[in-house]
Amino acid sequence: MSKTYYDPADLRKFGKITEWSEELGTKFFEYYGKVFEEGALSAREKSLIALAVSHVVKCPYCIDAYTKDGLQKGITKEEMMEAVHAGAAIESGATLVHGVQMMNKYNKLSM
Amino acid sequence: MATKSLLKRNNELANAQKQLSFLNGGIFADGELPTFADKIKEINQFPLRPKKLEILQINVGYMCNQVCEHCHVDAGPDRKEIMTVETMKQCLEVIKNTGAHTLDLTGGAPEMNPNFRWFVEEASKAGIKDFIVRSNLTIIRANKKYHDLPEFFKKYNVHVVSSMPHYTRGKTDKQRGNGVFDKSIQALKDLNAVGYGMPDSNLKLDLVYNPSGAFLPGDQMALEKDFKKALLEDFNISFHNLFAITNLPISRFLDYLIASENYEDYMYALVEAYNPSAVANVMCTNTISVSWDGWLYDCDFNQMLGLKVDSKIKHISDYNEDILNDRNILISQHCFGCTAGAGSSCQGTVA
Repeated sequence: MSKTYYDPADLRKFGKITEWSEELGTKFFEYYGKVFEEGALSAREKSLIALAVSHVVKCPYCIDAYTKDGLQKGITKEEMMEAVHAGAAIESGATLVHGVQMMNKYNKLSM
Repeated sequence: MATKSLLKRNNELANAQKQLSFLNGGIFADGELPTFADKIKEINQFPLRPKKLEILQINVGYMCNQVCEHCHVDAGPDRKEIMTVETMKQCLEVIKNTGAHTLDLTGGAPEMNPNFRWFVEEASKAGIKDFIVRSNLTIIRANKKYHDLPEFFKKYNVHVVSSMPHYTRGKTDKQRGNGVFDKSIQALKDLNAVGYGMPDSNLKLDLVYNPSGAFLPGDQMALEKDFKKALLEDFNISFHNLFAITNLPISRFLDYLIASENYEDYMYALVEAYNPSAVANVMCTNTISVSWDGWLYDCDFNQMLGLKVDSKIKHISDYNEDILNDRNILISQHCFGCTAGAGSSCQGTVA
């Protein structure tokens, strides 16, 4: 057993999840592959969205994978960082908008 | 950024044997990853055999004005291996009689061979359908004596294929050296000015894209679209096609992979991206590569690994196309670079 929770080499083994639940694993990977195909959004745009979400969900495997994917697609580091900021802005906004709840509660409880 | 070749730096990877033992050892020797031979045996393509010869690729020397980080030739200003007139004459005899439809001159910077222009003039007389010169672009701006190269190429209807790692300055200069981007842009404008790469022009100008790091090229069509849009909008530059080429793990790119601790991940990526349908069209099946000193190889990569053709004909002075075509192609793990994803060759994707 690895002594750390995350091992970069585990990313290569992602496909193995299918071995313990073939139907669900296969369906997931089919869906996953389809999502990232060229569609109404370009594969390039989807790669940037995936990179932003990877940061928001704080998945180190996804960050490795979509940084590499971005490089392969010719995406620049400036574009990648802006995508990360877009994710971070939503995440911090999601925290801050709860400030309104705090204000509401504060006001309700105060004379 | 290195300014000298591996050879000049006495780096052990300048030695082809060292490279081959690296490629055959480690994760491939202990069975962690399958070898290239294992993979092509699965589809009954072992031993790999040539099809009809289509491309004669001649390397006229390893001297170059640049020292690119990823160069599989280990080219640079300090390399002195230059094809002589005598060897060029032997090549011309072959060019006159070959069944190949494409003549592909490469290097180093082929233009730095002192007899390059004479060789192009003579070779063009053979009337080969597609006459390619692989130009690194900056050579056109490197010295006044090269400024007229676009006109020279035009005169002999040469098909210019040029390297351009990205449409942004940062990425280009990181791979190829400071100032390379600006010089390349100017050179492309010079080529456009004489008609190269313009939408309906017969003067063919194609670009080669190599990833600037330890990752594989993305979709060739999508990259071409991005390059075309950016170069046109930002610099008013036109070109015809973009060839996306995978960096093979040899020479300076191998040195980079090892030094940056990316070697294993990169080899995993190549093996995982192995595409059996690319095997039938890999370039060694339709190409003969000639070195500056006239030896014959299955491809430019095998040339750099010192793997001469497995045939009794090994030198341009004894050239015989029929005998050469009846040979087994020599392979090692670097070959995974040509079968990854959509495949890779000097003409871009193959699958």
